[in-house]
Parts: sequence; structure tokens; C-alpha cells
Amino acid sequence: MNVTVKYFASIREAIGLASEQRDTQATTLGALREELIAMGGAYADSLARGKAVRLAFNKVMCDETVVLIEGAEVAFFPPVTGG
Amino acid sequence: MPTRNTPRVSIQSTDFDLSTEVAALRAQDPRVGAVCSFIGTVRDRTAGEPGQISSMELEHYPGMTEKSIEAMIDAARQRFDIYGVRVIHRVGLLRPLDQIVLVAVSSAHRGESFQACEFLMDYLKTQAPFWKKEQTPTGARWVDARVSDDAALAKWGIALENTSFNAQD
Repeated sequence: MNVTVKYFASIREAIGLASEQRDTQATTLGALREELIAMGGAYADSLARGKAVRLAFNKVMCDETVVLIEGAEVAFFPPVTGG
Repeated sequence: MPTRNTPRVSIQSTDFDLSTEVAALRAQDPRVGAVCSFIGTVRDRTAGEPGQISSMELEHYPGMTEKSIEAMIDAARQRFDIYGVRVIHRVGLLRPLDQIVLVAVSSAHRGESFQACEFLMDYLKTQAPFWKKEQTPTGARWVDARVSDDAALAKWGIALENTSFNAQD
């Protein structure tokens, strides 16, 4: 299925992309993260297990168990530091 | 000058004026007996360092930022007996001394406004998608999230961790 994947802050800088369209086999956000890590390079480094990575599904914070749907907007970003 | 139709949440690069925002909050409801506001400002240093931060860049997730803060305001309204809420957060390039965030709350009595204001700031610090990048003499660096901010939210009974290795909902 096709999803939009967004990256922010240090993860956006490392991967060198703010947003991309992906055709994924993953069914959950956790599986999508694994798929991205498997690409190696900056994806593997910035999304590695053991790194604090936060996720959003259709602009709401979520965990990795959330099930992907066609056309979803998923985001990966570091812990937030506003305020 | 804001009117009754002033939005609850604004994400903007421009500065804001506290007096204008408080006047708008008070004008919205004559039952108001208390207005509490918090303003966060940009510092030139972090703990243990001399003042060396010349500027910072505020990044956010357009759309999600507004949506998440609206949800926090709804949570505050359920928890506290408050009337009006106004949240303004600036993005883009900011310098020390600049105002960065405003949270203002109106209520009948002071207790609810004080509490709701702190609740909203604690929530915003760890759950609104903003990121700060500081400019220093040795280069730019992303600001680290603080475990103490998670603890601040936890005291309201909300166990959402920003700094955890395992992202939670």
C-alpha cells in the first residue's frame, strides 16, 4: 500500500528528506520502521532500535502497534523540545 | 485586535502581545474572575554553560501541532472549570530575550486558571511536535528532551513519555 512518510528535526537532517511516498509491505508502524531500518545508511542509523524515536499516525502521536492503512500519513521524529 | 472569534491556538513566526491576548480572553466572558498566563522566553544558555546561544530555529509539524494543542486544551477543559484558553507558539528563527510561547487561561477563580495553565504547559512541553535547534560558537545542535519534563506531566496522572526509547501513545 502507499503511505506518506514524514521526518522531522534531527531525523529529517540525517535522512536528507522531509517527506516521501512509499509503497510498503508493512502492516503496522513498527513493521514500517523495520522496513526503513533495513534500507541501511542514514535510515538505519537514525531509526535504530535503542534510539528515542517518536511516531505519529495521521498527525496523532501513537505507538508502533498502530495498523497502517492506504494513504496514511506516518511521521518519525525525535523527542519533542518545544515550549 | 482579537475578537470573540480569536482562535484558541496560533502557530506563528511573529511576536505576540500579552495585553492584547488577555484583553481578548476577558472580553469573551463577563463571568471571568481570574486570568493566568505563562510566557516562555528564549535563553542564551543551558544549565552549566556560559551564555553562548546566539539564536535558535524552531521547527514544527504543521497540522499536527495545532491538532495536538487543541486536544490538550480539550483535556484541560474537561479537567478544570475554565472559560477561555489561548495558546500561541512561535516558530522559525528566535533570539535570546524573544518571547516563544504564551499560554493564557481564564476562569471564575484563580485556582483553576493557575492549574490549567501549568497543566497545558506541562502537556505542551512533551507532546506538541516542536523541535529547537540552537546556534552556538561551536556550531548548531538539536536540544535534548528532558526527563524532568516527563515527570512534570506525570504528576497530573498522565504517563506519556517523550524521552523513552519506546514511543507510546
